[in-house]
Amino acid sequence: MALLTTIIVGIKEVWAHKFRSFLTMLGIVLGVASLVGMAAIIKGMENGMKETMVAMGGADKVLLQEQDVPSYQEHLADQAPGRTMFDVQALRSSAPLLRLVSPEMRIEGVIVTKGEKMVVPAELCGVWPAVIDMNLHTLAHGRFFTDIDEELANAVCVIGTGIRDDLFGSPEETGREIIPIGETIYLNGQPFTIVGMFERYESEQEKKERLLRKTSPAEPQVGPPRRRGFGRGGWAFRRKNYTMYIPLNTAWIRFRAASGRDNIPDPRLSDIDLKVAGIEHIETALQQARNVLMLTHRGIEDFAFQTQENNLENINRQIRNARLSGGLIAGISLLVGGIGIMNIMLASINERIREIGICKAVGATAFAVFTQILVESVVIALLGSVMGVAASYGFVQVLQLLSPTANEPVITPVAMVVAVAFSALTGILAGLFPAIKAARLDPIVALRYE
Amino acid sequence: MALVELRNVSKIYRLGGEEIRALDNVSLDIEEGEFISIIGPSGSGKSTLMHILGCLDTPTSGTVCLDGIMIQDASQRELAAIRNRKIGFVFQFFNLLPKLNVLQNVELPMIYSGVSGGERRKRALAALEAVDMVNRARHRPSQLSGGQQQRVAIARALVNNPRILFADEPTGNLDSHTGEAILSLFRKLNEEGRTIVLVTHDPEIAAVTPRRIEIRDGRIASKIDLTLAGLARGSVPASPASPVS
Repeated sequence: MALLTTIIVGIKEVWAHKFRSFLTMLGIVLGVASLVGMAAIIKGMENGMKETMVAMGGADKVLLQEQDVPSYQEHLADQAPGRTMFDVQALRSSAPLLRLVSPEMRIEGVIVTKGEKMVVPAELCGVWPAVIDMNLHTLAHGRFFTDIDEELANAVCVIGTGIRDDLFGSPEETGREIIPIGETIYLNGQPFTIVGMFERYESEQEKKERLLRKTSPAEPQVGPPRRRGFGRGGWAFRRKNYTMYIPLNTAWIRFRAASGRDNIPDPRLSDIDLKVAGIEHIETALQQARNVLMLTHRGIEDFAFQTQENNLENINRQIRNARLSGGLIAGISLLVGGIGIMNIMLASINERIREIGICKAVGATAFAVFTQILVESVVIALLGSVMGVAASYGFVQVLQLLSPTANEPVITPVAMVVAVAFSALTGILAGLFPAIKAARLDPIVALRYE
Repeated sequence: MALVELRNVSKIYRLGGEEIRALDNVSLDIEEGEFISIIGPSGSGKSTLMHILGCLDTPTSGTVCLDGIMIQDASQRELAAIRNRKIGFVFQFFNLLPKLNVLQNVELPMIYSGVSGGERRKRALAALEAVDMVNRARHRPSQLSGGQQQRVAIARALVNNPRILFADEPTGNLDSHTGEAILSLFRKLNEEGRTIVLVTHDPEIAAVTPRRIEIRDGRIASKIDLTLAGLARGSVPASPASPVS
């Protein structure tokens, strides 16, 4: 009850000096807006990074990588077998905790042609059908390879939409979607038949923009051409769209014949990707895989596992760093806002010394005066923070135009609550000193004050 | 027991290394229902005396007993409560809060004593009624004349039904006609049984009270008590009174 009266009086006091109060609030408004805006941009970044990670195969994907042998095995280095199909077969039969084993034989330096058009795939790999599940591909048209294709090393391929766009024309250019199933294209002059095509991979942001372009034609560009900052469009999605897969055996026989020893094409794989049955058993599963591989590699430790955990850790670290620096800046502007409040409260009590004396003479306790000043300061801070939250929407729009990330900022309720709570805290801290000063005024001195 | 009992009260200020005895060994009793004036030139210590009587200040030595409570031992918090419940102040410069209207000004002391909103309004209106200011309840102090402002201040002083009313030069900022009206308001309140202490430097004003105490250099210089002389309360003519020794 008494508190309510105090709050009402406080609001009236703030209202009585509208312009002054507004200027004071501005500091808090900016602080809160930058806090909320910063959090929104970082949230957008985080979303983008997670999206990218999923595009690269998801969190449960483990890469089996080649590694230099440890120093105590230095003398065995020339006997290191590398990763071969033996490993794949052994893992498939002896490591039941692995859900998926996907061998990849990457082929470099291949130019794909169709008539006069050409493209260099971002990734040309000989693979097993397991790769679809491994790299989270979705086949939109046609079929994937069969065991027969693998067995007979058929010259067939499955392509991403980027390759189609370059060789046959993209839907944006031709006005219709070309589905080149059954067409023949040439990989370094060798004819391959397209049997399947993946769907178009894109980030949420790109999808939105594309749909928007479809519904409303682009406005004519005004002024000089503008470029978005780096990374817009998402390299991970682009790479995925420029993927081309052929059967593993086909890759081995047709593209590896020139290398290798003893008349056998080079059997080494460029990648073995694993997926574990459950992410919670990842440690056990990797130990199991390791045991199997130590056997096939005769004890030579020329391999290592790279989990997405490292990647995730990286993402989290980046997010943490961004939060820290952004939070620091927002915190400083809140602090500046707080100093503004303290300044104006000190000026305000100086103006009201006589008033405070009157209140004390009619029976206001020091505590009542203290609360009154504190409440005023908190009222300014809270009003400022509410305005700041409202302003953050506009602020985020502006930042979006400037920000280099491909991802839309997401304003989170948590950020709002934190921002409001922090500005309330700022209000309390800023009001503390003026409130103590006011509470300590001697009523006699205060009453005489002119 | 008297309503207020001062025994050997001294107040000493230290300015630099110098000691200033604002009050020197003052003893004084004020009975319930009295109308008393404290008179003296500026710098005589009468304001200090009023501040101590009004619980705005505590004495350096001696005891002050107000309505059975020993003031000199009270904490700041207790002093605030005593000022709130037992004492009403009327000042020379009215001291109304400019941002509040008349009604809110009168309600102010009740906010600090925790009276609920409806009760507050009722009592504030009753107090304004007593000083004949109900029709100005929604006005701002700046819209009122000096005499009207002082009436509002009196209503504010009365609203918590205090045991004693202190008026510090209540007519000092008013023309003689308005001042006369305010003085007769005090007289009326005294007739209704209020204890009133009037502080002034003007012997003419002090003359309206039955009992006068003159302060000089921090000591009580003389006491005139017409009540003891058998004269009826309030019947004293407002004529200049020469100091009687």
